Amino acid sequence: MVGILFGIGLTLAQMVNPAKVLAFLDLAGNWDPSLAFVMAGGAGIAAIFYPIILRRPRPLLAEKFQVPARTDIDARLMLGASLFGIGWGLAGLCPGPALAMLGLGYNSAMIFTAAMIAGFGAFELYDRTLTKSKLA
Amino acid sequence: MENFTPISSLAGGMLIGVSAVLLMLLNGRIAGVSGIAGGLIAPVAGDWQWRLAFVLGLAAGPLVYGALGGPMPDIQFPMASPIGLIAAGLLAGFGTRLGSGCTSGHGVCGVSRLSARSLAATGAFMFTGFATVYVIRHVIGG
Repeated sequence: MVGILFGIGLTLAQMVNPAKVLAFLDLAGNWDPSLAFVMAGGAGIAAIFYPIILRRPRPLLAEKFQVPARTDIDARLMLGASLFGIGWGLAGLCPGPALAMLGLGYNSAMIFTAAMIAGFGAFELYDRTLTKSKLA
Repeated sequence: MENFTPISSLAGGMLIGVSAVLLMLLNGRIAGVSGIAGGLIAPVAGDWQWRLAFVLGLAAGPLVYGALGGPMPDIQFPMASPIGLIAAGLLAGFGTRLGSGCTSGHGVCGVSRLSARSLAATGAFMFTGFATVYVIRHVIGG
């Protein structure tokens, strides 16, 4: 249910439309600032309600809250985010909309999503190799 | 700016926010799509069911929206080349996992908590996103 709501939000916000996303990223062209409103709407709601929820001892359906506590900005974070931005700028798709579009039957979205899942897999392999070499 | 849609974009963003809030209330998790979906690649016992449910719901979202009579966006892919799409998908998949998040986990949830890591990551992917589109449209295509 939560996922469905997320998918409806992405559709209403036109995040599932690569042309719309790229129009936001095209600062030097015919810039469409709409996507800033999507982020502001989402972050605004979360900023109001997260603190209220996190006062509870635990979530309704799980043992504990799992909120990232790290504050260090490392090379891995910045390199990963930068690579992601290039992919986002190339296709106008990010992981949420890519998965949300699976049921809509666009070949281009399918190709992107398949490659994205391969990217997830490549990361798992990379991460394991790294962990092994650290242990060795 | 003739395609500017502040109202529907804000409303869609707020729905995403409500969804993120519900996921925290119910499952105690950050609504980061790359992390949720990426965690399905090497599933951990007892920790994959909610992930799969979220991803299936995500894929059902646009269909439910259409069934409820919502006007579908005029979806267009400026990047039509399969090679370009594959490169973009690989970069987005690997990059979001390496960087621990994407537009939802960092850009919405992390920014809402004013997480230093998320603010830095969001700045980075917005910057390279802007730069990539600039190069494609105004350097190569210009």
